Amino acid sequence: MRNRPPGALESAAGPGYHQRREAGVKTVRIGNGCGFWGDNLDAPVRLAQAGRLDYLTLEYLAELTMSILAVQKAKDPAAGFATDFLDVLARLKPILIDKPGLKVVTNAGGMNPAGCAAKAAGVLAGTGRRVAAVSGDDLFPRLDELLAAGHPLDHLDTGVPLAAIRDRVVSANAYLGAEPIVRALKLGADVVVTGRVADASLTVGPAAYEFDWAFDDAHRDRLAAGTVAGHLIECGAQVTGGLWVNADDSTRLGEVGYPIAEVAADGSFTITKPDGTGGAVNEETVAEQLLYEVADPARYYTPDVVADFTTVRLRQTERDVVAVTGGTSAGVTDSYKVSIAYRAGYTAAGTLVIAGPGAAEKARRSGTIILEKIRQAGITFEAANVEALGAGDCVPGVVTATADPPEVVLRVAVRDPRKAAVERFTKEFAPLVTSGFAGTTGYTTGRPPVREVFAYWPALIAKSAVTPVVEVV
Amino acid sequence: MPAVPLSTIAHGRSGDKGNHANVAVIAYTDTGFAWLRDHLTAAAVAEYFAPLGPSRVERFEAANVRGLNFVLYGALAGGASRSLRTDTQGKTLAVALLRMPVDVPDDLVSR
Repeated sequence: MRNRPPGALESAAGPGYHQRREAGVKTVRIGNGCGFWGDNLDAPVRLAQAGRLDYLTLEYLAELTMSILAVQKAKDPAAGFATDFLDVLARLKPILIDKPGLKVVTNAGGMNPAGCAAKAAGVLAGTGRRVAAVSGDDLFPRLDELLAAGHPLDHLDTGVPLAAIRDRVVSANAYLGAEPIVRALKLGADVVVTGRVADASLTVGPAAYEFDWAFDDAHRDRLAAGTVAGHLIECGAQVTGGLWVNADDSTRLGEVGYPIAEVAADGSFTITKPDGTGGAVNEETVAEQLLYEVADPARYYTPDVVADFTTVRLRQTERDVVAVTGGTSAGVTDSYKVSIAYRAGYTAAGTLVIAGPGAAEKARRSGTIILEKIRQAGITFEAANVEALGAGDCVPGVVTATADPPEVVLRVAVRDPRKAAVERFTKEFAPLVTSGFAGTTGYTTGRPPVREVFAYWPALIAKSAVTPVVEVV
Repeated sequence: MPAVPLSTIAHGRSGDKGNHANVAVIAYTDTGFAWLRDHLTAAAVAEYFAPLGPSRVERFEAANVRGLNFVLYGALAGGASRSLRTDTQGKTLAVALLRMPVDVPDDLVSR
């Protein structure tokens, strides 16, 4: 499946529709060059250069990224999107000129897809490339209207009504599906910039567009298979050797290639990565990622379909190529998931290094001393945590040190509604350099920063209450 | 037969879903998966991770990849944003579970 004649990529069948045939089977190559905001900045460019892609997807939005973007937008109405994307797009520009069939689908729009799309169009000025924005996911301006209309937005786990934290909400976004992405592509968009959409839908959209999968029961299994493909590549290198339990030096993670799903019309696909890159694609890396951040693998909920991952079959067909078949529909829901973020106080975490015999116990005691000093100043925190990292405290009480480690990292973290109290806490690390135990060091980075806490409130809303909007810039 | 770490017969990966963690354990062989199915119960995993204080542990099967998926409800001390732990997202829970000492038949160890 991998060895195509040179130039095949350029044999586009028509504008906005990139078709390629091999052995009579059309496939669409969708590569994901970014798994989260903060992922490697060169990966999208390398993947676009070497991946022989039809579509490059870029995923920027973790659960709480939206709250940070919402705060930025509140300060500056032109902000509120993943700014890294514009830098990446500028570097992609020559590649997009060189490969006219290559399209980009990204959720970099965050809280401001229209603003991001306008800037993206500016970056691509002169190329003739069309940029579209997908919006309608932002429910924050409509929150009171929705509550009044009988959408309670109860917490998905606890059932508590949103009213409990309504006055502290900073963002509320529905996870849209692939349908508006398909609409944008049908309108001739080469770059689709969305707000909050389900991560897997960034892949389902291009596949559904290319193969005319409608969002109906007749195509539901194919949407499910596309969802499996999207789920597997959405975290970037996590399916190509990143986090693989058996990775070692021979895996060359320093040169890790980012993933490509090569999808066929029936929804079957292969997972691979560009030739010559580091990392690994095998049945272990794909199986680990298949179950990553999944609850019931027989019911993986997305806006497009409820996908059954237990019908998926994996088969390594050659080095760094895994064929994936199966992946079926377990139905469809009439609701979107909503990700709500609300202000929940302030937090800070600081570290010191404690060396010498009994380092773990001395570190834990040092943490207690820091909290005690603050208690003497009249402050008790809503929550505090002391860790001796290197002595098993990463999974506290579960993994224990089998020997006396020569040094450990002391980490103390607090959370409290009072910003001033948390600021006071950040000033109690330095004194231990002289007043703590022998072997105390590592106070080189200064006072730890205080940051605001945004807590996560998952909810559901009827699909009928949300209208996805597509606009070509 | 001496106890061996679970990693002898399985690999895995873990992550977060809000304040819940998921830990996937994937057997290398069919016989290994049969052993996991019988012995790596939700109760055993709940006991192992009891210090993290999960409200309950649920086990799901993905026999197609020889996998068991454990959901540890409320095990992340508030989840990605609120937790004060270093590992706010439960990323290290899989490698922690793979350390679990298990008494498996000799033929499973010498795969």
